[in-house]
Order: sequence, then C-alpha cells, then structure tokens
Amino acid sequence: MNVTDTSITPTDLGGYASEEAESENFLSYPKGIMSWLVTLDHKRIGILYLICILTAFFIGGMFALLIRTELLTPGATIVDADTYNQLFTLHGAIMIFLFIIPGIPAALGNFALPLMLGAKDVAFPRLNLMSWYLWLIGAAFTVFSLVNGGADTGWTFYTPYSTQTDGAIISITMGVFILGFSSIFTGLNFLVTIHRLRPPGMTWFKMPLFLWGIYGTAIMQVLATPVIGITMLLLIVERTLGFGIFDPALGGDPVLFQHFFWFYSHPAVYIMILPALAIMSEIFSVFSRKHIFGYKFIAFSSIVLAILSFLVWGHHMFPSGQSELANFVFSALTFSVSIPTAIKMFNWLATMYKGEIVLKTPMLYALSFMFLFGIGGLTGLFLGSLAVDIHLHDTYFVVAHFHYVMFGGTVIAFLAGLHYWWPKVFGRMYNEKLGAIGAAIIFVGFNMTFLAQFVMGSQGMPRRYYNYIDEYTIYHHISTGGSFIMAIGFFLIAGYLLHSLLKGKRAPANPWGGNTLEWHIPSPPPYYNFKEAPTVGDPYDFSELEWDDRIEGYVFRKAEGSA
Amino acid sequence: MGALLTALAGLALAGKEKTFWLPKQSSTAAAAIDWVWGFIFWISAVFFFIIVGLTILFAIQYRARKGYATAKKHSSHNTVLELTWTIIPTILLIPIFWYGFKAYLDLTVPPANSYEIGVTAQRWAWMFTYPNGYVDENLHVPVDRPVKLVMQSEDVIHSFFVPNFRVKRDVVPGRYNITWFEATEVGDHVIFCTEYCGTGHSDMMSKVVVHPSGEFETWLEDASNFLDKLSPAEGGEMLYSMRGCKQCHTIDGSVRIGPSFKGIWGAQHALTTGEQVTVDGNYVRQSIMDPASQVVAGYDAVMPTYKGRLKDQEITAIIAYIKSLQ
Repeated sequence: MNVTDTSITPTDLGGYASEEAESENFLSYPKGIMSWLVTLDHKRIGILYLICILTAFFIGGMFALLIRTELLTPGATIVDADTYNQLFTLHGAIMIFLFIIPGIPAALGNFALPLMLGAKDVAFPRLNLMSWYLWLIGAAFTVFSLVNGGADTGWTFYTPYSTQTDGAIISITMGVFILGFSSIFTGLNFLVTIHRLRPPGMTWFKMPLFLWGIYGTAIMQVLATPVIGITMLLLIVERTLGFGIFDPALGGDPVLFQHFFWFYSHPAVYIMILPALAIMSEIFSVFSRKHIFGYKFIAFSSIVLAILSFLVWGHHMFPSGQSELANFVFSALTFSVSIPTAIKMFNWLATMYKGEIVLKTPMLYALSFMFLFGIGGLTGLFLGSLAVDIHLHDTYFVVAHFHYVMFGGTVIAFLAGLHYWWPKVFGRMYNEKLGAIGAAIIFVGFNMTFLAQFVMGSQGMPRRYYNYIDEYTIYHHISTGGSFIMAIGFFLIAGYLLHSLLKGKRAPANPWGGNTLEWHIPSPPPYYNFKEAPTVGDPYDFSELEWDDRIEGYVFRKAEGSA
Repeated sequence: MGALLTALAGLALAGKEKTFWLPKQSSTAAAAIDWVWGFIFWISAVFFFIIVGLTILFAIQYRARKGYATAKKHSSHNTVLELTWTIIPTILLIPIFWYGFKAYLDLTVPPANSYEIGVTAQRWAWMFTYPNGYVDENLHVPVDRPVKLVMQSEDVIHSFFVPNFRVKRDVVPGRYNITWFEATEVGDHVIFCTEYCGTGHSDMMSKVVVHPSGEFETWLEDASNFLDKLSPAEGGEMLYSMRGCKQCHTIDGSVRIGPSFKGIWGAQHALTTGEQVTVDGNYVRQSIMDPASQVVAGYDAVMPTYKGRLKDQEITAIIAYIKSLQ
C-alpha cells in the first residue's frame, strides 16, 4: 500500500474526521463536573464506577497488606487481636461487596455492553445512574463501620456471633443491603438491554460471548441478591428488636443463617467469576487472531453455570451438622459445576491452537489466568469431596482456593479487560513493556502469597487466626513476602496507567484487531456512540481486519464499503 | 521446583509421618482421607499439566512473528471433540465424589462400642467431660479405642478440629453435634477452634492426650480425685486452668478479656451499673453462677454461666485460689 496516498482520510482509519468532531468524544463532551455527576451516558457511568471500585480495591488491598504484615510472626506483630479481626472483616467485605461484585459488570460492562450491542445506551439510563449512587451510599455505610466501633464478624456475619458482638454490625450489614440493590438494578438493566436493544441481525448466537457472560451474571444478580438483602434485614431485626430468628438463646437456629447467607453468596461467587470468563472468551479470540472455538458450548456453559450456582450452597456447611443426605446431594451437585468451567478452558486452548498469538498485555494476563484459575478450579475438587473437605474446611487451604479463583481468576481477568479496553475508554495507549512487567510481577507475587497458604492449610492452619503455632511460621513468611511483591506490581500498574492518561500515545480506533462493535468507532467513542445503526457480522471473524503501520492499529478493509 | 519435587516425593511416601502437604496420620480415618486427597491431587496434577502445558506450548509455537502466518481457514467448532472433553471429566468426577462420600460416611457413624466424652466449647476454651463427671481442659483418650464426642457450645459457634486425626465438626449452640475418632498414636495432638469466635479465637487451642493402652483408666481415676488430695487453693489453681478461667482472667495483674484475679480479693469494684461491690466469697460465687448480673465497668459481658457446671466444692476451691493471689 502506498504510504503517501492522500486519499486516505482519518475516518478510513477509524479515527475522528476532524478535530471539531473529536471534541464530540464522550470524555470531553459535555464539559463540567455536574455533567459527570448527573450523566446518563453509560460510558461515563462506567468510568465513575471504575474510579470508585479501584478506590475500594486500593483500600481493601491496604487492609490485606496490614493483615499479611501482622501475620509475619505469631502473636502480636503490629496490631492487637481485635484490630486484626476488624481488618480481615473489612478486607473481605470491601473486596467482595465493593470491588469484585460490581467490578467487571458495573465498570467494564457498563462501558462495553451497549457499545457491543451497537446501542446508544443501556435500556434504563437513569436506573443505571441510580445504581452508582446506591453504590456510593452502600459504600459509605460499609466504611462508616470502621469509625463507628468496627465490625469484627468476618464478611460472612455468622450468627449468633454477629448478633452478640459489639461494634458496627448494623452499619455494615445495612451497607451490604444497599449495595445489593445497586447490584440488582445493574443486573436488571443489563438483562433488559440485551433482550431489547440488540441491533437487527444480532441473533442470540451472534452476540459477543462477553454479553452471554454478563447475561448469566445478571440473572444471578436479580434472583439471588434479594436473599442476602432480606437476610441482612433479619439480622438487624434480631439485633435491635430481639426477635429469635438465628440466635438459639432466643429460640432461633444459627445454621439457618448460614443457609440464607450461602444461598446468595454461592451464586455471588459466580456473579464474580462469570464476567471474568466472559472477558477471557473475547481476549483469547482477538489475541489469537482466530475465531473463538466452540461458541455455543461457551455460551451455554455460562447459562448452565448460572443455574447450577443456585444448587450448591450447602457445600459451605459440610461440618456444620446439616444432614448426611444434604451433604451427599450438595457434594454431588458441586462437582457438576466444574464441567462448564472445564469446557471453557478447553475451548480457549482450541482457540489458541494454530492461531497467530499476539503476546500483548491483555493476552499475558489471559495466559496467567489459565495457570491461576486452573489451580483455583482444580483445588475446588478437594473441597467438594466430602471426606477431604472435613479436613480442609475453614483452613488456609480454603483461603488459598478462593483467592486463586477470585484473584487469580476474576482480578486477573479484570486487569486483562482493563488493559484491553483502556485505549478505547481513554483514547490513550499505556506503555506495553511496563504492562508486561506488571503482569509478571503480579503473577510471581500472587503465587508466592497463596501457594504457601495451600501447604499450611493442608497442614491444618485454620483461617481467621491472629496467632498461630510455630510450625506455620515459615509459610507465613513466604506468604507475606509474596504480598509485598504484589503490592509493588500494583503500584507499577497504577503508575503507568495514570501516566498514559497524561502522556500516553493516542490510541487508534482498533489497537488489538477486535471485531466486536466497540472497535468500529473511534477511541474514545463519541458521546452518541454510533451515528447510524451499525451492520452486524460475526464478532469473531477477523478476515476483514489488517494491521496498518501508520496508526499502529488495525483497519477494516475497504470491502466494508466506506468509500 | 525443589518444593514441587519434595511435594511429589512426599506423596509417594505418604504414610504415618508428616509429609510436605499433610500432617501425620494419627487416627484410623486419616489414612483413608489422605488416600482420597492423593487421588484428587494426581487427577488435578494431570489436568493442570495438560492445560498449562498446552497453554505454554501454543503461546510459543503459534506466537505472531515475522514470516509466520496462520492458515486462514479454521474450524470454529467440533462437536465430537467438545463432547469428548465434556464427557471425560464428567466420568472422572464420579469416583472423586464417591470415594470422598464413602470416607465421609465412616467419619459420621461412631462404632457402637465407642467411649463417650462430652465436649463443651465456650469463648475461648475447651472442656471435656468424662463419663464419671470429671472435667478436664485437655482431651485424654485411650489409644486404639473409638471415642465418640458429644459436643455443645455455651455461646457462639465453634469448631472442633484435630489436624492429625483429620476430624472436624462445628460445635453449634442449641444442639448436640457428634463426631468420633480412633487414635492410633500415643502422644499429644493439637486441637484448634476453626469457626471464628472473636478476640481469642486463635488461642482457643487444646490438645488430645492419647494414653497407651491400659493407662487411661488409671489416669482418669487419679485425675478425678484431685480435689481430695490437694488444698482448696491448689485445687482452685487446677480448676482455674481446666475449666476455662485462664483464657480471660490473668493472675499477674494484666488485663485480658476479664479482670485479673491478682489482688482483687477484698478490693472494691465499680460495676457497669455504677454500683460498688466488694470482692468477697458471695460476689465471686455470684459472678460464676450468673456472670452477666455483675459486670465490672470497662469489660464486656461475654462470660457464660457456670450454673450446674461447677460443684459447690469446686467453687469453694476457686474462691480459695483467688484469695491466695494477693
């Protein structure tokens, strides 16, 4: 191709037609702080969410570092037992309710979902904004507990401990209650959007797989979250009015609370992981430059996971004294969950097979995901097995397992997605080399932190322990060391991402060669998304895309007919 | 890599001794559970190496580079292949589930001839009640004899866990939870509380003392009569550690969960109600029988009642002990 060919216009390369037009990008139009605070633009709400959940991640991460530092030696290291108990409670509550659950759907999903549908916005833009404000209110209640006496129950709020202990239990459970509504509204909004706003030609099986994942997630958000809401209310009623619901001293049943709690919180685990799997399906295909393998199996496995997630909550309670029959059924059902997950992983491998794999930062996170989530998933087999769970239950093995799933799975996928959509959201490229180094540091630090916890857990170290016997000291040393390495990695990532906002190279419309609709419009997108309804093709057909050196991005071949 | 090799070697030699992964096997159930553990470990290891091995292989083999272009025509699905990798893992899951369930059933059904011991958990102490009514802070058992534990909690949920026995069961207030084991190794084995229960959760430890055959009965008889052989203050000192006083009340004047016992005899205490009391026999007795009725200012009402759990002779001994701590 002739490089000096002047007949090529910026629009041909996917950019804005002129500088005037560029002022229409959603970041700069309209202007002013109020235009952000009352925005109905899904892309801006996505950014508001992103800022908030990253703040929550930072606070939760600081608590994690304090916890790991405290555990460096047995007994008191930097804080006393009561402070430690509050630290792990808030670390869990913040990470789960404020960061991971809204993380991918509300931040990245809000931005990408309507764009992938070629829509101008979500179905209910005002409800979308309200979800964000509810998040803020819920977050305020949750964090308020810190200065209001502290909550020391663990994020699980098990009764009767939570109804008897002093401290800000009402404030934090109220926070969880409100955050639940934020989550329900987001889910509802996405369900309706996917049903009603698909463009002509986009049948269910032509949807990008990210949307299937978000769809499955939304089903669970809408159906499961009300249960945690009412459970938290019952807890508050018992604490304030002395109604005997869970406390045996008042005639209640403490194990009932666990049933209620896990009836939500197990689907919640899939609310956290399904969007992560959904991001992976996009990234494996785009960065292998190859059509996703086994589209239908991946799509259906998302829905199957969403359904099965409702049927396995009892595996959190094997030693609690529930009946042997219940344990039998829950153990058997638990194993069924591993099948849809395994299908996805094998299909991604098949997608890579004979592809043209581009090892850019999002793909590096995806490769790291295969390793970490692989361990996270397989160690679930140990915990699903009744006899083995009896030994491992409530030990560090469980802590390591869910960090491998939630961190090694969801957070790694979140980072992959963040790096994948970053150029699209902000119109800037980050430093690719630092991106790779950041991914490597996180990988090393993470494994060091949590592999050691598998070993000490198998050796019997119980979770939520402030003090421990000398035998476990060496594992805690390794684990704490790993957490410091991870912290360095996260500061590096924060550093180069912030730097890219100010000094980063301008991003092309399509830096990775994706074919979902968000890559068809300039970066950052104009506030109206699409001028006219886009034509929909196969989102995983990359044959029309070719690399263009001038813009360091992909362009669609003329065949599309945009002369 | 070194750790991995040690781990693999450890598994190959899995036996009674502690391995890289698991603590030593000191009960009849341990070997069966560890076998299931190993079975899952090896299946997982195979799948892990397939998945990660192929990921790395493909990432290298098919990486985008100059002069390399992928064939443009690919199949985007293959139903037979996909069914294969759906069905094979499904089949493998059946034995994993089944062996785990079978070993679990053995854990839940105590043999009929089991020796029964009562377990009481409270923040933050364990107490073990023997058939003759004697209560001890440690769980003493005979070797090679099934022991059934009938467990109850005085306050919140606790969980009884002996890593060396692979036994764990929640101790839930308002109901009796049962577990059992048969110790195969003489010596001491640590007991943890594994359900979070507050400030002293990680200090809520005790031990199982496994006696050689024939010696358990002598120990029990000896231990049960300790009050008759000691002065009341000495007996009180024993009770202080055996019945869960020491987890919260120090004897050196330092503050833990409750007031220290040192030098309180005859002293004036301000209560949360604003009242003043003198620490005397009746006050101590009242505080043991109905702890919530007279809480010293600055402390939480977390102590459970000992009504019906301590005999008069025992309370007298504790009073004598507190009196001696001047």
